[in-house]
Amino acid sequence: MKYIVPDYVKKKYDQVLPGGMNEWPVVALSQNREEFVQAVAEESISRIKALAPTREALIEEIETTVFREKLRIKRNPWAVDPEDEEHFLNSIKARLLDISQNNPPKEEIDEMLDEMLYEIVFRYSDEIAGNFKKTRYRMARSLVTFGFARLLNASRARGFWSIFKTKFTLQDKIHITGEVEQLRTLARKGTIIMVPTHFSNLDSILIGWVISALGLPAFIYGAGLNLFNIKIFAYFMNSLGAYKVDRRKKNALYLETLKTYSSMAIQRGCHSLFFPGGTRSRSGQIEKRLKLGLLSTAIEAQRVNYQKGKRDALEKIFVVPVTLNYNFVLEAPSLISQYLKLQGQERYYVENDEYSTSYKISAFLVKFFTKGSHISVSIGKAMDVLGNYVDIQGNSYDKNNRVIDTQEYFTQDGRIISQNQQREDEYTRMLSERIVEEFHRINKVFASHLVAFTAFEIFRKKYSKLDLYNLLRLPEEDLFIPIDEFKDTFNRLLAKVHQMKNEGKLDISPYLMGDPDEMIEHGMKNVGMYHAKRPLIIDKAGNVTTQDLNLLFYYHNRLVGYNLEKYV
Amino acid sequence: MSNKPVGVVGAGSFGTAVANLLARNSDVLLYARNADTVNEMATKRLSAGQQLHERVTPTNSLEEIATKCNVLFPVVPSSGFRDLMVSMSQYLRPYHMMIHGTKGLDLRIPEEKPHDFVLSQDHVFTMSEIIKQETVVVRVGCLAGPNLASELSSGDPAATVIASPFNEVIEQGKTLLRSENFQVYGNADLRGVELCGVLKNIIAVASGILAGLGLGENSRGLLVSRGLVEMIYLGKALGGEISSFIGLAGIGDLVATTSSASSRNYTLGQKIGKGATLEQALGEMEEVAEGINTIRIIHQLAESQGIKPLITETLYKILYEDMTAEKGVNYLMRYPSNIDIDFI
Repeated sequence: MKYIVPDYVKKKYDQVLPGGMNEWPVVALSQNREEFVQAVAEESISRIKALAPTREALIEEIETTVFREKLRIKRNPWAVDPEDEEHFLNSIKARLLDISQNNPPKEEIDEMLDEMLYEIVFRYSDEIAGNFKKTRYRMARSLVTFGFARLLNASRARGFWSIFKTKFTLQDKIHITGEVEQLRTLARKGTIIMVPTHFSNLDSILIGWVISALGLPAFIYGAGLNLFNIKIFAYFMNSLGAYKVDRRKKNALYLETLKTYSSMAIQRGCHSLFFPGGTRSRSGQIEKRLKLGLLSTAIEAQRVNYQKGKRDALEKIFVVPVTLNYNFVLEAPSLISQYLKLQGQERYYVENDEYSTSYKISAFLVKFFTKGSHISVSIGKAMDVLGNYVDIQGNSYDKNNRVIDTQEYFTQDGRIISQNQQREDEYTRMLSERIVEEFHRINKVFASHLVAFTAFEIFRKKYSKLDLYNLLRLPEEDLFIPIDEFKDTFNRLLAKVHQMKNEGKLDISPYLMGDPDEMIEHGMKNVGMYHAKRPLIIDKAGNVTTQDLNLLFYYHNRLVGYNLEKYV
Repeated sequence: MSNKPVGVVGAGSFGTAVANLLARNSDVLLYARNADTVNEMATKRLSAGQQLHERVTPTNSLEEIATKCNVLFPVVPSSGFRDLMVSMSQYLRPYHMMIHGTKGLDLRIPEEKPHDFVLSQDHVFTMSEIIKQETVVVRVGCLAGPNLASELSSGDPAATVIASPFNEVIEQGKTLLRSENFQVYGNADLRGVELCGVLKNIIAVASGILAGLGLGENSRGLLVSRGLVEMIYLGKALGGEISSFIGLAGIGDLVATTSSASSRNYTLGQKIGKGATLEQALGEMEEVAEGINTIRIIHQLAESQGIKPLITETLYKILYEDMTAEKGVNYLMRYPSNIDIDFI
C-alpha cells in the first residue's frame, strides 16, 4: 500500500481554560449540587403547574405518575432503584386517597398538592443530577489515554520495553479533523452543545476522549440509568459529568424535570453533549430523525439567556455537529437484526444476538488497538441555535455573509423577547433538520463504506424484483459479482462521490484518493473487519461476494441519503 | 399589538386588494417597483383599477417597507419572486414575519447541467421555500383561498386561509385581516396549502377552455371533481397533506376560480377555448396567469418523475404543442379511467 497523506494533524492541544478544572462550569455545578438540584426542582414545579393549571389537572397528573411508577417498579425493577421508592409512592397514594375521600377545604388540598409535587420532583431532580468529581475525572482520563497508548505501542513496536514508549498515541488511531480551532475558541467564549452521530456504544468513550484530547472542559451528557446498574460503570459515569436519564420513566413530571435540568445546566454555561438520534442508529444510516426533547432545551436556554440580558457572544449557545466514522461497528450484527425485525415485523426471523458479553467487548478493544483500522471524528462548523453558521468570534451569519442578531428570532419587533412554546418547538424542528444536513456534509466517506454500498446496490439492482427481505434471504451461491463489473460500478460511484466532495456535500477519507484498485483493496480489507462473517470478500474465483448480506446491508446504509443509488 | 404599519409588496390587483383589506385594521405601506406607478398611486389614489383605502401609503422603497413594517405580505408573480427576495434580503431581519399570496412555483435548474441531470423535486420550490432560502426570515406563512381580487375589493363576504407552521404567524394574520365580512382560518400545513393555490390554477385554465368551447355545467362539474383528484395526486407527490385539499384553499378556491370570468387563469383558458393561440391569449392579458407557468413546470417534473397527471398533460399539449382544445377534450373523454376516488 502506498503512503497516504493523512488529513489530520497530530497535535497536542493546551487546555482552553488555562486556570484548569476550577474554572469549569461543570465543577461549579457539582460544588453547588444541592443548590442546583433545588433550583431545578423549583423551576420544574412552576413549569408543571403551567402545564396543569387547574387543581383537577394537577391531581390527575400526580395520580398518573404514581400509577405508572408503581407499574414500573412491579414490571421492570433495576438494581439502581432506591429501596424506599415503593414506600414513597404509597405515601403519595395515601394522601391522594385522603383528598378524594375526605374532601378537605380547598386551601388544604392545594397545600397538600404542592407538598406532593415538591417531594416527587425533588426526588427526580436529585436522581438526575450528576456528581462530577475532579479527581475521578483526572483518573479516568489518564486511565484511558495511558492504557490505550500502552496497547498501541506494545503492538506496533518490538520488544518488551516498548510498552513504555510513547511513539504512538490515540491520535494515530482516532483522527480528529474539521473545525477544531473554532470549537476550542468558542468553548472559551460561550456554551457548546455537541451533537454527534451515534453508531456504537464505543461512541461515549470515544467522544469523552476527544473532548479531553482537544483540551476542552468536560461536557455533561445524559447517560441511561441502566448503565448505573453496574457499579464500575457508575463510578466512571459519575466522574465524567454524566447525568442520569431513565428511559422507563415517561410521565410528564419526570420529563419536565429532565428538560429543566438540561436547560438550566446549559444556562449556567455547562457544555453539553446530546446524541440527538436518541439511541444508536439501528440501520447503520446517518440519523434522519432526531429526538427533539433535549434539543429543545438548547433553544430554550438561549432564549432565557437573552431574556436575562446576556446578549454578547460570551453567553451564546453554539451547536456543533460531529460525525464518528467507523470501518467496523462492534454491535453491527445485533443492531441490523433489530432494525430488520422492527421494520419487517413477523416476516423476518432473528437467529441470535452476537457480541453481548463484556468479554467480547474487551477482546474487541484489544483487537482494535493492536490491529489496523482507524476511526475518524469530524468536527463540524458551529451554528447558532437557529442553524446559522457562526464565525470564530461567535457572530451568526446568513448565507450572504451578513451578520444576524440571533436574539431577534425570539421577538416580533426586534426588541421585546417573548416566550412562545410553539415557536420554539418549530425552531427545534428546524434546528434538527440543519443538524441532519450538516451530518451528511461532514460525514467522511471511507473506502469501506463505498465498497459495501457498491456491492449491495449491485445485488439490489440485479434482483430488483425482490423486496428487501427476500433479497436478504438469497442463497449464498446467488451472491457474487464479477470483479470487473464491481470495479466499473465502483469507479462510477467514486467519480460521483468526488464530485459531491467538490460541491461540499460530503467529505472523504484520504484513502479515497489515488488508484481505485488500491481503494477497493483497502475497503474490502477494512469493512466490518472483525466480524466472524465478513460482509465482503473476494472468493477463489476472484469474484466479489459476501458471507453475511445483513452486515453488508448495514455498512452500505452509511451512504444512504446521498441519492447515489441511481449511479449503480 | 404594535401600531406599526403592515407592508404589502407588489401592487397588482391581488396585492392592492390585500392592502385594502389590511387597511381596515391598520396603516399599510404598499410597494410597487415602478416609481411612476407609485407617483400615480399617490396622486390618483388608484392601483390596478381599485380605489386605494385612505390608510394605504404607496412606496417605492424596499428599505422603507422593511424597516417600518414587522409583518410583510409579498404578492408578486412567481417569476419575479426570487429576485424580489434577493434584493429585499439585505433589509430583512429575523424578527420579520412574511405571509405571501403568490400562487405559483419556482423552477430552478442549475446553469451547468451535468450530463446525467434529472429534474426532480429538489429543483422545484414553493414561495415560502424561496423566502427561507434567500432571506433570514423564518416565520413564514401563506394566504390562500377563494379570493378573487375584484370581489375582495367590493367587500362581499369572503374568507381566506393563513397557513404556517407557526401559530404566531397565523394569529398575526388573523388579527390583521379579520373584519366583519372577512373570515380568516388557520392551517398548519403550509406546503399543502401553497400547493392547493398553485395546482388549482391548472384546473382553472382547463375550466376556461371548456367555457370557451361553449360546454355547459355538467362538463364543469366533471372537470372540478376530476381536477380535484388530480390536484391531490400531484399535491401528495409534492409533499402536501390531503386534508388541506378539501379545505377552503383547495376545493373552496377551486370552485371560485373554475367558474369566474374574473379569474385570470380562467380568462386565459377561455380565450384559448375560443381558438386563440397561447401567444395571442397572453398578449390580451393584463396580468400574469400563473397557471401557464405551473403547467409547464408540472409537465417537466412529471416526465422525469414518472407521474402521470392526465389533465395537466393534456393542457400542456394544447398550450405548447399543436393539439386543439376540442381534441384535448375528446382525448380526456376517451381515456379509460373508471375509479372515482382512490386516495382516501
